[in-house]
Amino acid sequence: MLALLPTTAYLHPINTVTLSHRRHRPQLWSVKKNEEAAAKKKPKMTAAQLRVQKDLTELELPSTMTTQFPDLADVLNFTLTITPDEGIYKGGVFKFTFAINANYPHEPPKVRCVQKIYHPNLDLEGNVCLNILREDWKPVLNLSSVMIGIQYLFLEPNPDDPLNKDAAEDLRRNREAFIQNVKTSMRGGSVRGETFDRVLQA
Amino acid sequence: MTAAVANANGGPSKLTSYLADETRFAHIDKVLDRRGPWTDERFVGGKETKDFLRTQSKILVIGAGGLGCEILQNLALSGFNNIHVIDMDTIDISNLNRQFLFREADVGKSKALCAAEFVMKRVPGVKVTAYHGKIQDHPQSFYAQFNIVVAGLDSISARRWINATLVQMAQEDEENLKPLIDGGFKGQARVILPTVTSCYECSIDMLTPPTAFPICTIANTPRLPEHCIEWASVLEWPKVFKDKKLDTDDPDHIEWLYRQASARAAQFKIEGVTWALTQGVVKNIIPAIASTNAIIAASCCNEALKIATACAPFLNNYMMYVGNDSVYTYTFEHEKRPECPVCGGESLTADVGRDWTLERFIDSLIARQDLQISRPSLSTSRGALYWPSPPDVHEATKPNLEKLLVDLLIEDDGITVLDPALPVSLSITVNFL
Repeated sequence: MLALLPTTAYLHPINTVTLSHRRHRPQLWSVKKNEEAAAKKKPKMTAAQLRVQKDLTELELPSTMTTQFPDLADVLNFTLTITPDEGIYKGGVFKFTFAINANYPHEPPKVRCVQKIYHPNLDLEGNVCLNILREDWKPVLNLSSVMIGIQYLFLEPNPDDPLNKDAAEDLRRNREAFIQNVKTSMRGGSVRGETFDRVLQA
Repeated sequence: MTAAVANANGGPSKLTSYLADETRFAHIDKVLDRRGPWTDERFVGGKETKDFLRTQSKILVIGAGGLGCEILQNLALSGFNNIHVIDMDTIDISNLNRQFLFREADVGKSKALCAAEFVMKRVPGVKVTAYHGKIQDHPQSFYAQFNIVVAGLDSISARRWINATLVQMAQEDEENLKPLIDGGFKGQARVILPTVTSCYECSIDMLTPPTAFPICTIANTPRLPEHCIEWASVLEWPKVFKDKKLDTDDPDHIEWLYRQASARAAQFKIEGVTWALTQGVVKNIIPAIASTNAIIAASCCNEALKIATACAPFLNNYMMYVGNDSVYTYTFEHEKRPECPVCGGESLTADVGRDWTLERFIDSLIARQDLQISRPSLSTSRGALYWPSPPDVHEATKPNLEKLLVDLLIEDDGITVLDPALPVSLSITVNFL
């Protein structure tokens, strides 16, 4: 009974739970702890923040990708810059915003391209068609998977899952003409009457 | 309140005699007056136990919806006399089929307030205190006043919040260990003893992520009414309203989405876009089944009674019920995850000189034989303190290495350390010498 017995007395099955849990701990964790003091103040980092810190510090980004954090107090919002060094989009600088909410990693990060670019898998508003950003997201995936996935779109644009139907059709019909369109669009030119943002490296 | 109760029961004298009648809990007394085969040896029983249940214990119910109505009813009839209930929602007409504490005239009113009023009127002697608002708006001290917390929630984020709050309270002070009984309308009941058993966050990867359709399907080849609704909410809304956030509780917003989705459905000859479906898709509403609610609520309240009185061993620690094809339940012990970001991890206290720089502090961590770390990243709840990567965070936090730790921390700041070699997170409390 709660109030009448010492704190843990009413929690009868617990003792066994705790003991078996301790037994399975690796020796490493016999860290000498000043339990009382240590337990008093736990930093209030949220589960999402902890996971993002893990994801970000364990990132092994190739030289073609960099991150930018406008506010270090808020690691849940940042920009990813991709500068492909091969493929059709080589020479461009592409920027994506990452917005991670408190439900991460249960929910995927929200990713958007800040520039208007000509690409079969991106629409003119910056939405990205990448399976792991929506229907195939799983909590075991991480920010690295998403970043690699987005970079892959620049190496292998996929005309079969189009967001920009015109671009996808161009790619399917005539790859050479598509490549010319990409070059024009990256210079800030117009393709099929639509003007794109200049994204060429300075 | 007294007047209302008196009227409902035909006069004060009848009420007084009803409340004085000791046989009114005879059905519960059967398990509180005598031992059963599995009763814990610490069980006292009799008057002492009943007094605790009926006059001393204080229980919090989170959520006054489908599960909440059942839970409040069960607790009140089991003899919990001091019940508190919190819910931020108001009553919708679609709730009335199963949320039986509400009537048509209550539509638009606070669920918590209406439910509390109804239970008090119906079960004389019970005091139900209602809070209309968000659980996140109450401090730890609010939750500390209760003996048990029962949650009947429909949102993952609210569950994660209350779980993390109760775990943190138990970590800070063992006296503040509040059993959390979590009911889920998909058919789960579990008992969480914060810091002792596995917590809600430990099992977060068991959840199915919300259904999402490929964005290219939504954009180009819709086949289902849901595709049209997602097209309106995911693609059209941001295009038309730019930065204005979609409020899924605003009927005008839903109305706009409904119209857009209907037009698109007509264009692609898709049938089935309705106002209710639109709301269901954008709010990710999963149909609740009244019998599942009743079964899960019964299980939760059974656990609450057992924990409060020790009359029988309580659930260890997860029961799932599946009613799709038959009546099936399975009970198992969900294990604690050592690397759980909420209840797992390790904590230690470090003695630090007032003249220590952050760099010296990090070197001292790396030198510790018991930690075996080499490339730690350090944060406080206010952000990154020092991260070795990615490069721009490294550049931005490098200047901190030269600074004195005593200047970098604000009073009570703990430091969280992650390291690729460390399977769990490490919380450090700094003790300045």
